[in-house]
Amino acid sequence: MTNPLLTFDPPLSGPPALGTTDVSFTTEDTAVGRLLVAATPGGTLLACAYAADVAAEDRWLQRLADTVSPRVLRHAAPTDRARRAIAAYLTGASRSLDVPFDLALTSPFQRDVLTALRERVGYGERTTYAALATASGHSGASRAVGTALGGNPLCVVLPCHRVLPASGGVGGYAGGPAAKAHLLALEAGTLSG
Amino acid sequence: MIVSLPPFPHLVDEHWRDVARLAHALAGPSHGDDVAQQAWTQALAAYPRLTHARNLRSWLLTITHRCAMDHHRTARRTTPHEDPSTLIDAATRPPPDLPDGELWARVGALPPRQREAVVLRFVADLDHRAIAAALGTSEGMSRRLVSDAVAELRLDVKDTP
Repeated sequence: MTNPLLTFDPPLSGPPALGTTDVSFTTEDTAVGRLLVAATPGGTLLACAYAADVAAEDRWLQRLADTVSPRVLRHAAPTDRARRAIAAYLTGASRSLDVPFDLALTSPFQRDVLTALRERVGYGERTTYAALATASGHSGASRAVGTALGGNPLCVVLPCHRVLPASGGVGGYAGGPAAKAHLLALEAGTLSG
Repeated sequence: MIVSLPPFPHLVDEHWRDVARLAHALAGPSHGDDVAQQAWTQALAAYPRLTHARNLRSWLLTITHRCAMDHHRTARRTTPHEDPSTLIDAATRPPPDLPDGELWARVGALPPRQREAVVLRFVADLDHRAIAAALGTSEGMSRRLVSDAVAELRLDVKDTP
């Protein structure tokens, strides 16, 4: 005889409903791929990252849990402002991505690189890894700059897609080369279709 | 941060069924959802203060047990004119249309400590160390409460852990 207490199976109404806490996130399919967008309760953007699959999504959630707070819950509302801005940018309706953001997920080196990128490389402009290394005060560290940009937690918003290899081509990108080429074409006004 | 805790949704996905089953077993069908919801709210509030990520399931179920006991205490306080024992039994008894309704009537009739212990042991599948902690007693007493309940319920089971 099996123990009936082990198989106690009452009708359950579903997972609990929990309010917004330290970090809210949502995922969204966009023209450049599936993005995970995370924000504080006040709407400050913490992450805008490519998350093609659940495994990638989990890696970002764990990074948020370890760095900001483990109270990371799926709630769209705090990310609304950022997602509206990103959508306007992706349709070409807006050239600025004026969203309050926090660099909590970045290392000090990444912070140098991303700050220099944001200040010096505007909409439609392009630079190289080597030039950005120099501009961020780390002359000669172009390979490390590439790695730092590869881990950019605020993709699209902090425009790492504007950084190209000096040798030609679009180079690597967290969202894949096609997404990078798409963003460059969008900003150049040469997007077809 | 020294300790790496999983993002909270992982806990919810993995354990919400176990928390709800225990809440239903301890607080009955009419209050099980409330108790489970209360347990998750308390767990969420306390989560960042955890110093390690071991036994998260046991931690959640212990909170659920505490919420169920708080619920019973509150129910006793707010309805002073009713006989408290009938109140608890009414809350613990599942609807008669449940297949194991007869067994649950007998579980509901157990002395409170035995009922808690046997539910924590078998519905929640906790070990005696966790049960003893939840009940504020020793592992030996936890084993004794469970074996007394098993005898009383005439369950043909082995209680190994």
